[in-house]
Amino acid sequence: MSESIELEIFRYCPEKDAEPLFKSYQVPFREDWVVLDAINYIKDELDGTLSYRWSCRMGVCGSCGMMVNGEPKLTCSAFLRDYSSGKIRVEPLQGFPVLRDLVSQMDDFINKLTKVKPYILRNENGEKQVEEGEYLQSPAQLAKYKQYTLCINCMLCYSACPIYALDSEFVGPAAIALAQRYNMDSRDQGRKQRQEVIAGHEGIWQCTFVGECSVVCPKNVDPAAAIQRAKVSSTMDFFKGIITLGSKE
Amino acid sequence: MKTYQIPVSNTWWLKKKSYFFFVIREMTSLFVAGYCLFLLVFISKAAESQQAYTELLVSLKSPVSILLHLIFLAFILYHAITWFNLTPKIMVLHIGEEKIPDGLIAVSIYIGWLAVSLIILWIIFGG
Repeated sequence: MSESIELEIFRYCPEKDAEPLFKSYQVPFREDWVVLDAINYIKDELDGTLSYRWSCRMGVCGSCGMMVNGEPKLTCSAFLRDYSSGKIRVEPLQGFPVLRDLVSQMDDFINKLTKVKPYILRNENGEKQVEEGEYLQSPAQLAKYKQYTLCINCMLCYSACPIYALDSEFVGPAAIALAQRYNMDSRDQGRKQRQEVIAGHEGIWQCTFVGECSVVCPKNVDPAAAIQRAKVSSTMDFFKGIITLGSKE
Repeated sequence: MKTYQIPVSNTWWLKKKSYFFFVIREMTSLFVAGYCLFLLVFISKAAESQQAYTELLVSLKSPVSILLHLIFLAFILYHAITWFNLTPKIMVLHIGEEKIPDGLIAVSIYIGWLAVSLIILWIIFGG
């Protein structure tokens, strides 16, 4: 091994540790290695007890998100060569409970995702029969929300959000961005159902537009923009309600 | 299942440049609100009597007042500029499939700002 780099890894074993600790490992430094390669090397060659999640290795599955030198990153896209300090600290995603080592508990995010109903909803009598054909959509209608469809549920945005870190009741960036994705879809009629969660006490109004969720997003989904746009729509609802004196649509 | 929650320190906003500038942006709202209160006081003094208004004008010319105004101006400018720069994220407009570039939205806001400022200056000095 000619050149090596030190990885300082967050270790936590719920069966024996009250507090987590950091353990250092020397791994070979290779130009084409990403942090995930180095972690895989540790698992295969140095310490088989290390736990972490990963799958596709190509920035698609969203499983390998971790804090790399304090920044939420997909470790399959974070190259060792970009960390010149000679030491890389790897921790589990900030803001989530740690199950073991680098594995975070995702339940909270999954529950929130479920709550915003991230799928096309139709009114009671709005469903088309199969023989009536598809719900047509123009490229211009698609362009309005396409960006928000690119979310891979990697949760980096939650890790970058100080609001979520301070109050985990906050629905959070990815779930709101996905709700907005369906709200803006011309085929969808479920906005009213999602509003309860989105415009509720723990929804969009908790966001103070820090903007870091969009900075760390590996797919340029821009959840911060989605949240602000949802705020504009909710504000319009409020004023429409005043003008129409709260009469039902 | 036993889990470990990594604690959030009270100094979280000092750990990242972007968090720090976010907190500064939020804090500048106090200066905006403070100056609004001052303007209300200013109007009430003007309505009170000619003497009260003149006394206020004299006190505004003091070095302390000028220094305070400069400090308020700096923070209010920071507030306005950071929010103007964020506007393209909120105002997303499309022409057909094409999104109007963020820069164009931001520039239009600045032009609007300049226009309103010129109108106010014209009312004060030229009207």
